[in-house]
Amino acid sequence: MEYVVTTRELTRKFGSFTAVNNLSISIRSGEIFGFLGPNGSGKSTTIRMLCGILEPTSGEGSVLGYDISREPEKIKQKIGYMSQKFSLYDDLTVQENLEFYAGLYSIPYSQRKKRIEEMLRMAYLTGRENMLAAHLSGGWKQRLALGCAIISRPSILFLDEPTSGISPTSRRMFFKIIQELAAGGTTIMVTTHFMDEAERCRNIAFISNGTLIANDTPDSLKNNVIKGCLVELEVTGAMEKISHIEKLPWVKECSIHGPLLHVLLESEAHIPELERHTGGKSKKITPSLEDVFVSLARQNRRQVS
Amino acid sequence: MSRILAVLKKEFLQMKRDRLTLGMIFMLPLVQLLLFGFAIQTEVKHIPTVVFDQSLTWSSRDMLDAFSASGYFDVTCAAKSYEEVTEMIDSGKVKAGIIFPPDFEEKIKRGDTAPLQVLVDASDSMVSSSAIATANSIGLLKSQKIIAQKANIQNMPYDIRVRPWYNPDGITAYYMVPAILGIIVTMTMVMMTSMAIVRERERGTLEQLIVTPVRPFELMIGKIIPYIALGYLQITVALLVGAIIFKVPVRGSLLELYLLTLFFITASLGLGILISNIAKNQMQAFQMSFFVLLPSILLSGFMFPREAMPVIIQYIGNLIPLTYYLTIIRGIVLKGIGFGYLLPQVTSLLIFSVLLLALSIAKFKKKIA
Ligand SMILES: Nc1ncnc2c1ncn2[C@@H]1O[C@H](COP(=O)(O)OP(=O)(O)OP(=O)(O)O)[C@@H](O)[C@H]1O
Ligand SMILES: [Mg+2]
Repeated sequence: MEYVVTTRELTRKFGSFTAVNNLSISIRSGEIFGFLGPNGSGKSTTIRMLCGILEPTSGEGSVLGYDISREPEKIKQKIGYMSQKFSLYDDLTVQENLEFYAGLYSIPYSQRKKRIEEMLRMAYLTGRENMLAAHLSGGWKQRLALGCAIISRPSILFLDEPTSGISPTSRRMFFKIIQELAAGGTTIMVTTHFMDEAERCRNIAFISNGTLIANDTPDSLKNNVIKGCLVELEVTGAMEKISHIEKLPWVKECSIHGPLLHVLLESEAHIPELERHTGGKSKKITPSLEDVFVSLARQNRRQVS
Repeated sequence: MSRILAVLKKEFLQMKRDRLTLGMIFMLPLVQLLLFGFAIQTEVKHIPTVVFDQSLTWSSRDMLDAFSASGYFDVTCAAKSYEEVTEMIDSGKVKAGIIFPPDFEEKIKRGDTAPLQVLVDASDSMVSSSAIATANSIGLLKSQKIIAQKANIQNMPYDIRVRPWYNPDGITAYYMVPAILGIIVTMTMVMMTSMAIVRERERGTLEQLIVTPVRPFELMIGKIIPYIALGYLQITVALLVGAIIFKVPVRGSLLELYLLTLFFITASLGLGILISNIAKNQMQAFQMSFFVLLPSILLSGFMFPREAMPVIIQYIGNLIPLTYYLTIIRGIVLKGIGFGYLLPQVTSLLIFSVLLLALSIAKFKKKIA
C-alpha cells in the first residue's frame, strides 16, 4: 500500500506552547483516516500544516510527495480542505459559491456547468442553487462547503470536524457522502468527536496534548488497548459512587456512560465482588472505541502529571 | 486568468448585495459637495444694525444709505444715546451700531476726516469680520466720491464695489468642487479596500481561500478592479453635482480627466489594500485609513495652500497621492490644461500605484497568522 501523507516528528509551537509534538503518522491512499483527540489537542493545527497554510516549527511532512514546508502551493493544487469554521460566503448563493471555487481551481469552462451540477447532486442541494448560503441550515452549509472543497476532484480531502454542530440526520448523510467518495478512490483525513464515525474509519490516530497516543484500526484498538475486564455497572447514584469505586484495589478505571458506569476490572473474577461492594448489577462488555479513548486519555494524563 | 475573473465576479456580487455601502458611495459625493459647497458660498448679509445719528444732516443720511445699499447692514432701529447702542448690541437685539458725531457734515465740508464710528458684536467672528470689512469699504468708497466731487470730476475714474471680506482669494465652490471630488474618491477608495482582506480574515473565509491555488496578485487584482468601476461612478456623480448645482464646467477634456483619474484611483486602492494586508482586524484597518486620510486632507493643499507651508511639510505632502491629483483635477477642470502639463503628476501617481500594489502582493502570505 502506498502512503499519500506522511509526517515525521512534525512539531508546531505557538510561543512556548507546543500544539503539535513530534507527530509521525502515515495515511494510505484511498482510506478514511480518522483523526481524534480531545479539544485543543492539536488536530486543526496538524491539518493546517498538512494543507500548507501553517509553517511547521520542526519536523517534516509530505502530501502526495510534496514537502509541506517547501512546496505548499503544489499541494494546494491537489487537495480539498474544509476548515472547522464555516468559511464560505454568506452573501453569495449556493451556485455562486460553487462557481467561485470552480474558477479558483481553473476548471475548464466547458466542464464547469456539469461539474457544478454534479456537486449539487452529490450534496443534495439541487433546487437550492439560488439560495443565499446564509439562509442554509447547518447540515446544508456543510454539504455546500464539501462541494466547494471537492469541486476540483482532489485526490486527498482534509475535513476538520465537518459534522460538528449539525443534526444527527445530516451527520449520517454527510458521512455517507464521505464513504462514497472514499469508495471512489479519494483519500480522506477527517477529525471528529463522534465514535460512530470513528468506527467507520479504516485507521485512527488519537492525539492528546499534541502527542500521538494510538494509531491503529478501530478493531485492534478495541482489542488491544484495554487490558483487563470491562463491565457495565447499573447502580443508583452512579455519579457519587465513582470515586469510591475507583479506590477499590482491583479496579483500574471507572467512568460514566449515560446512566451507567463502565468499570475496568483486573479480571473477570472480580465481578461478584464489585456487585457486592456497590449493590448494583453488572455485566461484561466488549470495549467500545469510546472506552478505548477514555482509557487512552487517562493513561496519557497520568503520564503527563 | 480564470482565477482573477472568479475573484472579480465574487467581489462584484458581494458589492451589489451590500446595499448600505452602495448607498453610501452615491450619497457621499452628494452630501459632501452640498455641505462644503454651500458652506463656502454662504455670505453674511443683512446684519441687524442700530443707528445713533447725532448729526441728522444730508451727509449722514447719504452715508447711511450707502450702508443699507451694500446689503450687509439692515438698519432696523434708531437709538438716542451711545449707551442705548451698546446696550442693544449687548442684549443681542442688533449685531452692529453706526454712530454719527454731531459735527459730521461740517467736518466733511471742511475736508477733515469725519470720525464715523461702527460698533460690531465681536462674539460672532463671521459677522464681525464681514461688518468691519464692509464698513471700511463703504468708508473708502464714500471718501473717494467726495474727493472726486471736490475736484470736480464728473465720472469716477474707477468703480469700487463692496465685496465680502472673508474668502478674499475668491475661493468659491467653483474652486472647491474639484478638490472635494478628490477627497471623496480617495476617502471611499481607501476605506473600502482597507476592509477587503481583513474582512475575509475576520469572517474566516480567508482560510478557505488560501488553500486554493489562487495567487496573491490574482487575489489583489481581482479585488481592486470592481472598486475602480466604483470610483468612476463616484466621480461621475460628483462632476454632475458640480456642474448642475454649482455650475462648475469642465474646461479641459473630459476624456483626459477620466483617463488621468485612473492613476489616482489605483494609487488610493493600492493604499487601501496595503492597509488591509497589514491590519489585524477591521477596527485596526479603519483606524489606519483614518490616519492616512487626515494628512491627505490637511497637507495636500485642499484646505491650505501648499506654498504657505514649511518646506518639510511640503515634502511630506509630496508623499500623498491627493497632492498630485489636486493639481491634475484643478488643472483640467478649472484651467483647461492638458496631459502635457500634468506629466510629472501622472508619473508620480503611477509610481505610487505600482509600488503600493507590489507591496501588498509581497505582504500577502497564503499562511495563517
Ligand atoms: N494561532 C494560534 N496561536 C496560538 N495558539 C494556538 C493557535 N492555534 C491554535 N493554538 C492552540 O493550539 C492548541 C491546539 O489547537 P487546535 O485548534 O489544533 O486543537 P484541536 O484539536 O483542533 O481542538 P478542537 O477540537 O477544539 O478543534 C490549542 O490549545 C490552541 O489554543
Ligand atoms: Mg480543531
